[in-house]
Amino acid sequence: MTDSRSPDLECLSLTKRFGAFTAVDDVSFEIPSGSFFSILGPSGCGKTTLMRMIAGFEEPASGDIRIKGKSVIGTPPNRRNVKMVFQHLALFPMMNVAENIAYGLRCRGADKAEITRRVGDVLERIGLPGVETKQIHQLSGGQKQRIAIARCMVLEPDVLLLDEPLGALDLKLRERMKIELKLLQHQFDTTFVYITHDQSEALVMSDRVAVMNAGRFEQIGTPQELYHAPATAFVAGFVGDSSRFSGRVEAGGTILLETGERITAAPRTGTVLPAGTTVDVFVRPDAVAARRPAELSGDAFNRIDGVLDSHLFNGAQSRALVRTGDGRMIEVGYPRPGSSENLAPGEAVALTFTPADTLCFAKKA
Amino acid sequence: MVQKDAQRLALFLLLMPFALWILLLIVLPHLGIGYLSIREKIGPRQYEFGPGNYIDFISEPIYWNTLLRTATMSVLVTVLTLFIGFPVAYYIAKVAGRRSRAGLFLLCLIPLWVSDLVRAFGWIVLLRETGVVSGFLQWTGLVSGPVEFLYNDAAVVIGLIYTVVLFMIVPIVSTLDGMDDALIEAGYNLGGSRWTVLRRIVIPYAMPGIVAGCIVVFMLTAGSYLTPILLGGKNSMWFTEQIYDQFITRYNWESGATFGVVLLAFTSFVVWLGLKLTGQNLANTVAKG
Ligand SMILES: Nc1ncnc2c1ncn2[C@@H]1O[C@H](COP(=O)(O)OP(=O)(O)OP(=O)(O)O)[C@@H](O)[C@H]1O
Ligand SMILES: [Mg+2]
Repeated sequence: MTDSRSPDLECLSLTKRFGAFTAVDDVSFEIPSGSFFSILGPSGCGKTTLMRMIAGFEEPASGDIRIKGKSVIGTPPNRRNVKMVFQHLALFPMMNVAENIAYGLRCRGADKAEITRRVGDVLERIGLPGVETKQIHQLSGGQKQRIAIARCMVLEPDVLLLDEPLGALDLKLRERMKIELKLLQHQFDTTFVYITHDQSEALVMSDRVAVMNAGRFEQIGTPQELYHAPATAFVAGFVGDSSRFSGRVEAGGTILLETGERITAAPRTGTVLPAGTTVDVFVRPDAVAARRPAELSGDAFNRIDGVLDSHLFNGAQSRALVRTGDGRMIEVGYPRPGSSENLAPGEAVALTFTPADTLCFAKKA
Repeated sequence: MVQKDAQRLALFLLLMPFALWILLLIVLPHLGIGYLSIREKIGPRQYEFGPGNYIDFISEPIYWNTLLRTATMSVLVTVLTLFIGFPVAYYIAKVAGRRSRAGLFLLCLIPLWVSDLVRAFGWIVLLRETGVVSGFLQWTGLVSGPVEFLYNDAAVVIGLIYTVVLFMIVPIVSTLDGMDDALIEAGYNLGGSRWTVLRRIVIPYAMPGIVAGCIVVFMLTAGSYLTPILLGGKNSMWFTEQIYDQFITRYNWESGATFGVVLLAFTSFVVWLGLKLTGQNLANTVAKG
């Protein structure tokens, strides 16, 4: 993705208030053409409100929305070339599949032959040829999903908005649709803006992810950046699993944890934590190795001592649970060099992780 | 086995009041009326069976003219009620907030709080020559002398609409209530204008409610008695008036029963025709409504 392509969608200091409550607070971002952009945040953080402003169903209190460089403030929803896949899809139950897809084309005044051709075309592309005359209630969950996307894509929108479209599906189908959505996005080569509160959906599908909390964007970045270099404590806690410790910065830059251990964290660019700051420390399970204390070599690692409590087997996501000195449980990722599999529950173990994998943030007052 | 019998007994007892109601209040009277209508009086206390009463009905133009007039006016009332009721129902179901909805609904119920008779007299107080409207117009100087607003078709139509509009609003509100707002938003999002969204999404969705409302309103109007008589006066020419006349004034039960059967058959036919012409069917309405 080169930067020479102008952004399809741009939001500048977008704000929305409901009475005294600020649902979306000074949000700015731009999405390059043809990319898959996710907005990830907990329930009630303002994701839907943001999307409804882009679609034109809510009027922002201030700020600007630009689609293909042109401001759309004041443009009614039916004049914006932004299509939306609703949370419950909102397929029209009184129309069959072909009529659902043709609806937008008919609103544009396309002629019959063209409508038939394009409906057939788009059904072909989403891999459901020949379902034109089926009723909506005759489709499976995943098929409805794809019809809802086809209904938008047949209009060749500048941006496609998707509001938690997988929320209503069962787990198995969700996993499959995640990959399918990504493939569809590639196929149509259209900018997708995808809303979700499920971090794995966002990480798997997106080119870039914005993490939203309480109406604000905490960080925008690639999934890798969010996972390995979170900008705030919220992002570190929300994206991916992690164990969290509290501690205090000492003179010399080491951190004294409440568990009693002393660790170091690699400094993040642009932040200096003065001595005395109380901090939150996050460590990813897959960055931690559990070893017998006797097998430890060298001192380059941060180290926390504990006792292996149990193994949590879950295929590729298997974990070991380790109880630390203060009784807290820590999850440790599992196959890893010097694997913990051969450890027996009850054995004393040392948890080691590198300073680079230690994410440290000043605690908010 | 025993349990099955018990279940059957429970079902039987449960349906009993309903079955009795149907039998005693609907089936028996209609059988009686049907029986009466094919009984010809050939002399004092002498009867024989035959279609004579129906032939009398057809051969007297004033009778079937009244019937046609009643049906036409009822269709007019139904259509006007739909045009008034639909926007109100849409407002209650989709625009009004959760809290004001109950209040608005109650407001629609007000006409039913007073009896038919009192309601009709209310209209008379408003519309008669010495009534409120006439008085107000004279006071503002728009008219010089008293004006009579009663005893014409417009007064009858207005009075009937006021009485039955609720029966249009309730079924439409209940169908629209079940409609996800996202459907309307999707309609706009995909490029539809207000008119397109109304025509292609809202109205088709509300169709079962609309059909149910129209049938109820039409039947109620065609069968109403007090409002047309009181507001329309002697020349209201409502078919129920003819039936009343035959039964009570002329004491001709055979002919009255015939008129009753004819009214039922004719209104049913109009409903059937209406459903056919708009491409709806009753099963759809009942299933969704
Ligand atoms: N019409 C409204 N009037 C008042 N408050 C509203 C309105 N719509 C949303 N809110 C509030 O704005 C906040 C954000 O709502 P929004 O629907 O955008 O959340 P969300 O991030 O989409 O959550 P979810 O993941 O649960 O869908 C919520 O606290 C909600 O109560
Ligand atoms: Mg939402």
